[in-house]
Amino acid sequence: MPQGTAFAVTIPFGSTALNETTLDRTTLVGALPPAPTRRQQSVIPGFGLTLGLTLLWLSLVVLIPLAALFLKTAELSPERILAILTAPRTLNALKISFGLSLAAASINLVLGGVIVWVLVRYDFPGRRVLDALIDIPFALPTAVAGIALTTLYAENGWIGALLAPLGIKVAFTPLGILIALIFIGLPFVVRTVQPVLEDLDHDLEEAAATLGAGRWTTARRVIAPAVLPAFLTGFALAFARAVGEYGSVIFIAGNLPNVSEIAPLLIVIRLEEFRYADATAIAATMLVASFLLLFVVNGLQRWSQSRTGRLA
Amino acid sequence: MSASPVRDEPGLVKAILIVAAAAFVGLLIVLPLVAVFAQAFVKGWHAYLAALVEPDALAAIRLTLLVTALSLTANTVMGLVMAWAITKFEFRGKSLLISLIDLPFSVSPVVAGLVFVLLFGAQGYFGPWLIDNGWKIIFSWPGITLATIFVTFPFVARELIPLMQEQGTVEEEAAVTLGADGWRVFSRVTLPNIKWALLYGVLLCNARAMGEFGAVSVVSGHVRGETNTIPLQVEILYNEYQFQASFAVASLLALLAIVTLLAKTLLEARLGRSGGRH
Repeated sequence: MPQGTAFAVTIPFGSTALNETTLDRTTLVGALPPAPTRRQQSVIPGFGLTLGLTLLWLSLVVLIPLAALFLKTAELSPERILAILTAPRTLNALKISFGLSLAAASINLVLGGVIVWVLVRYDFPGRRVLDALIDIPFALPTAVAGIALTTLYAENGWIGALLAPLGIKVAFTPLGILIALIFIGLPFVVRTVQPVLEDLDHDLEEAAATLGAGRWTTARRVIAPAVLPAFLTGFALAFARAVGEYGSVIFIAGNLPNVSEIAPLLIVIRLEEFRYADATAIAATMLVASFLLLFVVNGLQRWSQSRTGRLA
Repeated sequence: MSASPVRDEPGLVKAILIVAAAAFVGLLIVLPLVAVFAQAFVKGWHAYLAALVEPDALAAIRLTLLVTALSLTANTVMGLVMAWAITKFEFRGKSLLISLIDLPFSVSPVVAGLVFVLLFGAQGYFGPWLIDNGWKIIFSWPGITLATIFVTFPFVARELIPLMQEQGTVEEEAAVTLGADGWRVFSRVTLPNIKWALLYGVLLCNARAMGEFGAVSVVSGHVRGETNTIPLQVEILYNEYQFQASFAVASLLALLAIVTLLAKTLLEARLGRSGGRH
């Protein structure tokens, strides 16, 4: 069988990047290795067994439980769902969760931007330690972070005592929620942007400088476009995490209905009151929101990959 | 003049940015960790140790170790199985499958707990049947384990999949051609190639399993000495204003976080990676 035929037949197995029409066949056909036809030819055992177990395990642990949430919600009448979701306390909880998450993710964009620039571009004593410390919010259990932040920012705490004379109250106010959400979201921005900034070709910046661009122009016209998708991905990841966050928030929040009560806490409260319909409807709303965010993140990552050639 | 005038900011700007970054990290991220230990030892060693050997604290430690051992085993074995299916064969819908494996990361911990209440709680789909047969899942260790498995579901698989994809199937194919059976191919060829990434995934899975709070809180029922894990014990003590005892128990989890970070940093050097992913 001539190479050309094999190539044409097996293209569906190749990646979407290999678009037949854009390739110059006369030069490429000879150069390309035979495209993979692994499924038919695979000699490695265990396809049926491992794929079967994968689907079974995924269904039992993840898909069926999540489906149960939607089934339970579907048992409610649309009017009931609407009534639950538009109740002032629910609306306020959702507003607080989404609004403060948005604010925290935006602040993390700035803080994370400074940190990631310093980590990637500068060499200074303690750089590696600083780098390792970024992961503390990933590693520290949320409940521990929650009580520690509360103690720090309470009026008699190390930081709270400094802010109290200025009239700033952090613990047990929405500001406390913001602090907790900044804490848990920061590593998402840093760790998403870091590899992209590290891979950025220095030659481009030097070329820009050679062509007469100042440092600021280079940053704006060369660096920013390259790292923008990664920043947006980090922002979306930090936001998604913050919206669903529970443990680090509930201690510092004060949990006053309509003021400092986050949506995940309202779910727990409704559950404890045996108001299952309320808990279910709010949870289903949050789940739909996380699916949408996941969709956005996937799109951003694909964009980032196409810009820089690596997955953010 | 600095080494690369073209790419460097002036020295002063540089210094300000470094100090700012260090201040952000120090104040926002490191100080809470320091506060945990400061509060735990505020009444000295004796009070610290007393809080740890208190019977309810010991029961919480035992339950956390049991739940973690079960979830870690399940997710490690199934993580390997899923990574094998995804990386050693070509099939339709593979990228969808990878997204579905990652799904638990985007679900709020509270929602993760709630779905198991809807399935196995008294009002849930299987609740009445479980009660008739004398089984207890919600408000007991099986429910806590299920919720923990859910939230730690992707950790092992997502560390293995990119590496195994990169390594391809050539070595395994050679081994099969030479007459090795499936188990031998896995244990003698694949496993040595992925052992550090596997360890990395297990490490992250372990840290999250021991520290999970939201999901476990929803399914536990908070029975002292029975269904409280370490994080739940921390919460109960804190809400009872036993701050020193609460921080003492919390310091165990903080210690686990520090050990995890150290091991992670070492493993990343081995894996030739800079920075980490969650």
